[in-house]
Amino acid sequence: MSSTARQAPPAPGAPGAGAPVPGGGGSDRARRRSPAVALLARPEVGVLLGALAVLVFFLVAAPAVRHGGSTATILYQSSTIGIMALPVALLMIGGEFDLSSGVAVITSALTASMLSYQLTVNVWTGVVVALLVSLAIGALNGWLVVRTGLPSFLVTLGTFLILQGVNLAVTKRVTGNVATDDISDMDGFDRARQIFASSFGVGGVQVKTTVLWWLLFAALATWVLLRTRFGNWVFAVGGARESARAVGVPVDRTKIILFMAVGFGAWFVGMHNLFSFHTVQSGEGVGQELIYIAAAVIGGCLLTGGQGSAVGPVFGAFMFGLVNQGIVYAGWNPDWFKAFLGVMLLGAVLVNLYVRRTASRR
Amino acid sequence: MTTDAIGTHGGAAAGTPPPGGTPLAELRGAGKSYGAVRALHDVDLAVRPGRVTCVLGDNGAGKSTLIKIVSGLHRHTEGEFLVDGAPVRFRSPRDALDRGIAAVYQDLATVPLMPVWRNFFLGSETTRGPWPFRRLDIAAMKRTADSELRSMGIALDDLEQPVGTLSGGQRQCVAIARAVHFGARVLVLDEPTAALGVKQSGVVLKYIAAARDRGLGVVLVTHNPHHAYLVGDHFSVLRLGTLELSADRSEVSLQELTHHMAGGAELAALEHELAQVHHAGAEGPPEGDPCAPVTTGTEEGTP
Repeated sequence: MSSTARQAPPAPGAPGAGAPVPGGGGSDRARRRSPAVALLARPEVGVLLGALAVLVFFLVAAPAVRHGGSTATILYQSSTIGIMALPVALLMIGGEFDLSSGVAVITSALTASMLSYQLTVNVWTGVVVALLVSLAIGALNGWLVVRTGLPSFLVTLGTFLILQGVNLAVTKRVTGNVATDDISDMDGFDRARQIFASSFGVGGVQVKTTVLWWLLFAALATWVLLRTRFGNWVFAVGGARESARAVGVPVDRTKIILFMAVGFGAWFVGMHNLFSFHTVQSGEGVGQELIYIAAAVIGGCLLTGGQGSAVGPVFGAFMFGLVNQGIVYAGWNPDWFKAFLGVMLLGAVLVNLYVRRTASRR
Repeated sequence: MTTDAIGTHGGAAAGTPPPGGTPLAELRGAGKSYGAVRALHDVDLAVRPGRVTCVLGDNGAGKSTLIKIVSGLHRHTEGEFLVDGAPVRFRSPRDALDRGIAAVYQDLATVPLMPVWRNFFLGSETTRGPWPFRRLDIAAMKRTADSELRSMGIALDDLEQPVGTLSGGQRQCVAIARAVHFGARVLVLDEPTAALGVKQSGVVLKYIAAARDRGLGVVLVTHNPHHAYLVGDHFSVLRLGTLELSADRSEVSLQELTHHMAGGAELAALEHELAQVHHAGAEGPPEGDPCAPVTTGTEEGTP
């Protein structure tokens, strides 16, 4: 096979030299995109610009945001959303949803808390059991989705309702109350608190460890997504499930692992809640799942799967934290928070849509 | 018919001995039912190295079902499926790939949003490093993808561009080059020219010939007898889930092939019926079992 007339330049040996193929030759679709356009087409660039815009806005409108302490608070707020937004984003890139992620956080915290307290064992036993329960919930979600072929929206709506009911009913039955008992004086609590809910000083400002975990998980997720086989599969199962299956990608396994990653995130945030507040309110968590999904979408993840990043949701979660605290620092009525978020979500989606259409126009 | 050697069906008069020993892959009296629906019944097919076996048929003739069995997406419910002479039952396309059978599908050959090089290696990624740090060997993959594509005559400036931005023909070629690179011995192509213009179709057919010349057994599924006749060595025409014709290139002309594709035997029967209706002036007779006249018709229908 020598080079063919239209598709190959005359010298097959020459490496893909930067010179773009002339557009007039008929195969203009192979034209190389300009670097600027290619950059703008990256899903996370739009949200970066958006986050910067909102940051500048609040730096001007709410001078208190400029203080180190406020920054730490904003970052803390962002991290509790961001740690969950990461696996939720990966799952979304893989083409699925998890509506049960919000209440799963509470389920995890309740499991660890009640198990340790009722059996009077070291809290680490509860922590480990809670991890297993969270992973099992994720695996069950994933298994149901891949086995039934039902939309994950429906399956996880089911688990969302189940967990919400179980959280309340079991907690009331065991403790006779809607909240769990305080476990702060139990064995292992201090050590666990150190890992999940402590803070450290940076330049006289106390920063929560969750911020570090958040960034660490984000780096790990980015590496997995872009540099490993599994990451390749995540994009593939979300972008074209049947194509992926046809070339030998283990589609079902990939999806189940993604659901279990959400379970892991729920466990981590659940442990943070438990060890920073000592007790768990069993009715909480409802509605959080939508915040996580919104952060992922604002972060440039395609709702239908196949495109997105782990960096985008970091900025998405940061915007949430920023707006949440910024409104308070600006002295406005916090009731406006959700309205502001809604506008931001729509804005981000529209900008992403516009950018993607412009950039991918050939 | 189920145990007969390939080539006797339709081309019985010629009685050609199968060229080149054991086929790479072979269906014997194979069939597939989806619940009560019988999509494929009693089909023989042999894939031999360095030869292009064309599977032709109208919409709903069972072409897709047939290649899904061969490529491991579906399992046959009757008859036998042999690879290298030994019966197999694939559980997934992975099994088929491991035995050297690769399929390139019309609509699901690639993942549109993913870069060319990622598509090229999807499912068979090259990695380096020990386990916890095992990572994609991106440089090597890009290099290999580029040289493989160039050897098939496709030069792309930017392997990072999403496959969705390539033309339909280029996308097919990427998928074919990928299958060839990963050591496919049998290449199953599902309607590779269906959505393409004349020029693009020509490009794809040229790659099919290139793959054949490399010694691969090619199964070309199409409903275009003209494209099939350009590259085909053996032709199997499916009709309503059964084999209407199975003939070597020497036994059939393009005209006959087109005739069969148009439902030759059935058309003749229809003509006859219409004539009767005309004479009797009666109501149109109800459609009979379409399978029956077809199978008997083929024997005489093939000169």
